[in-house]
Amino acid sequence: MGNGKINKLSDGINESLFEFAEFDDEEAQRAGYSNYSYWRSTWQVFIKNRIAFLLLILMVALLIFTMIQPYLPNQKIPTKIYLDAKTNMQLRNHRPDAEFWFGTNSIGQDLWARIWSGTRTSLFIGIAVGLWEAIVGIMIGALWGYVRALDRPITEVYNVMDNIPVTIILVLLTYIMRPSLSTMIFAMCITGWLGMARFVRNLIVIIRDREYNLASKCLGTPTGRIISKNLLPYLVSVIMLRMALAIPAAIGYEVFLTYIGLGLPVSIPSLGNLINEGRALMMVQSLRYQLIFPAIVLSIITISFYMMGNVFADAADPRNHV
Amino acid sequence: MLKYSLKRLAQSLVTLFIIITVVFLLMRLMPEEGYFGQAYEKLDEAQREAILTGMGLRDPMHIQLKNFYKSLLVGDLGKSIIYRPKVPIAEILKTKIPYSLYFGLTAVVISLIAGISLGIIMARSKSQIWDKLGTGYIVFINAVPAAVYYLFLQLYVTDIFKLPILFKPDNTASWILPAISMSLGSTAAYAMWMRRYMVDELNKDYVKLARAKGLRNKTIMVKHIFRNAFVPMAQYLPSTLLYTISGSIYIESLYSIPGMGGLLVDVIQRQDNTVVQALVLIYSSIGIIGLFLGDVLMAMFDPRINLQKKGGAR
Repeated sequence: MGNGKINKLSDGINESLFEFAEFDDEEAQRAGYSNYSYWRSTWQVFIKNRIAFLLLILMVALLIFTMIQPYLPNQKIPTKIYLDAKTNMQLRNHRPDAEFWFGTNSIGQDLWARIWSGTRTSLFIGIAVGLWEAIVGIMIGALWGYVRALDRPITEVYNVMDNIPVTIILVLLTYIMRPSLSTMIFAMCITGWLGMARFVRNLIVIIRDREYNLASKCLGTPTGRIISKNLLPYLVSVIMLRMALAIPAAIGYEVFLTYIGLGLPVSIPSLGNLINEGRALMMVQSLRYQLIFPAIVLSIITISFYMMGNVFADAADPRNHV
Repeated sequence: MLKYSLKRLAQSLVTLFIIITVVFLLMRLMPEEGYFGQAYEKLDEAQREAILTGMGLRDPMHIQLKNFYKSLLVGDLGKSIIYRPKVPIAEILKTKIPYSLYFGLTAVVISLIAGISLGIIMARSKSQIWDKLGTGYIVFINAVPAAVYYLFLQLYVTDIFKLPILFKPDNTASWILPAISMSLGSTAAYAMWMRRYMVDELNKDYVKLARAKGLRNKTIMVKHIFRNAFVPMAQYLPSTLLYTISGSIYIESLYSIPGMGGLLVDVIQRQDNTVVQALVLIYSSIGIIGLFLGDVLMAMFDPRINLQKKGGAR
């Protein structure tokens, strides 16, 4: 169409120019169509950061490894006390070798198995607290920001809780309820939602009165739908960041509580327990491996989550998409 | 300004009141063995009851609460049971508070100076080597649990510089490392925010104008950017205080400094309920006072803040 060149006047009457154009739905859509997808762009920006991508692979591998480690061949039992074949005594503080890859601890338990078992416990705490923080934090934050009647009471509760150092609340609760896994997770959950709720609330207060929300409301959209469809997508990057940071924070609190004597019982290995056991022996140069191995595993996990969280938050911000 | 401060003060007092009540009620849920110490096994049921009644623990809850407020008002925190039996807690704390105060304040001052300088250096050499090193430091401090790097600092730095491993009041060299370790966390926080505010200011139009006028880089940095970036830093002062509190719990017991943090770890392990209660209250009050001062300071520093609007969450 439109290619007809006019050389002579008589040729000018090109019949093809006077045909009806056919309406093609696909052609008509083409101009307005871009193959932009939020999650794909986020992913593309994320993997552009080499370090974050490597850490992501590392963490996925580590997660899978901690899950399947007990079922691999030649693995020791984390709580079993190994005996020396010759003397029939406990194999205390055995240096790392081919049999005990990370050595044994002060009562003859295999450190390698204990570290992975401890990683499982610590990651479980971290992920449980992170999920709780996300679910409760988002719910309270969304109501707090969106429902005006609730603004005042939640603000008061927040102000009271925010005034006390988090560590003190954790200490008080675990002290009163006796140390255990559920106590620890409960105590962290009590304080965990505060930060997330505040972030969500502040963002929602900023965007709730924009015109499109007003329009949506006038059309009779229910509050729950406005929150989930119009507001929450804006918050994805912040929410992911807070969740990613909640995991290293929870692992850190576990170490802290164990350190001050409110941690898990020694029978449940956790990274905090292992570090605490290692600390007791750290003045002996040759036994420092018992502190260093768990500390390295712990640092790799916390740094990875921290960095991935930050890079992902940048990547999830649509302004950084090309 | 005055009205705002008074309102904020009233709010802090209410918070304090609520916290005291909640902590007191929660502590009543503790097992009662904690009130006897070593003697628990030897006493029979009637004797235990008699002691508990004598301590006022069998009174109705509202009377117990009232007595508790009354004694708090005159500064009586109760008596220790296990840690140092029958010694008033206020007495025990008298020797502990100066150490905690000294280390806490030193750590805050060090982190203010070091953090802000680091932030400025990082902002000036944006995306160069110093910036990257500083970012690495901030990531490390924020991600790795404090307990871990405190331990390694104690382990290796004392080795390298031949510093004493434990704290001794008459040995000045043993004061250095605890104070520095305690400041590391807040230093990272200050550096991070300072860098961010500086970079934000650097991109503003007035800086471009100043540059176009031909001002020297240094003048722009000191006279324009630094001043504007410094104001919002005031709001991080209270959170530094909270940071330092949790840091002090570790540090004091790691280096066996005879302060409140070390005491807290001690009495938790020995389950001395009354001392735990007193320390929790003291730490919470420090938090409340810190945030109150921070808010008032912020209002004084930055006239742009609209106090009327600030009813919501910080």
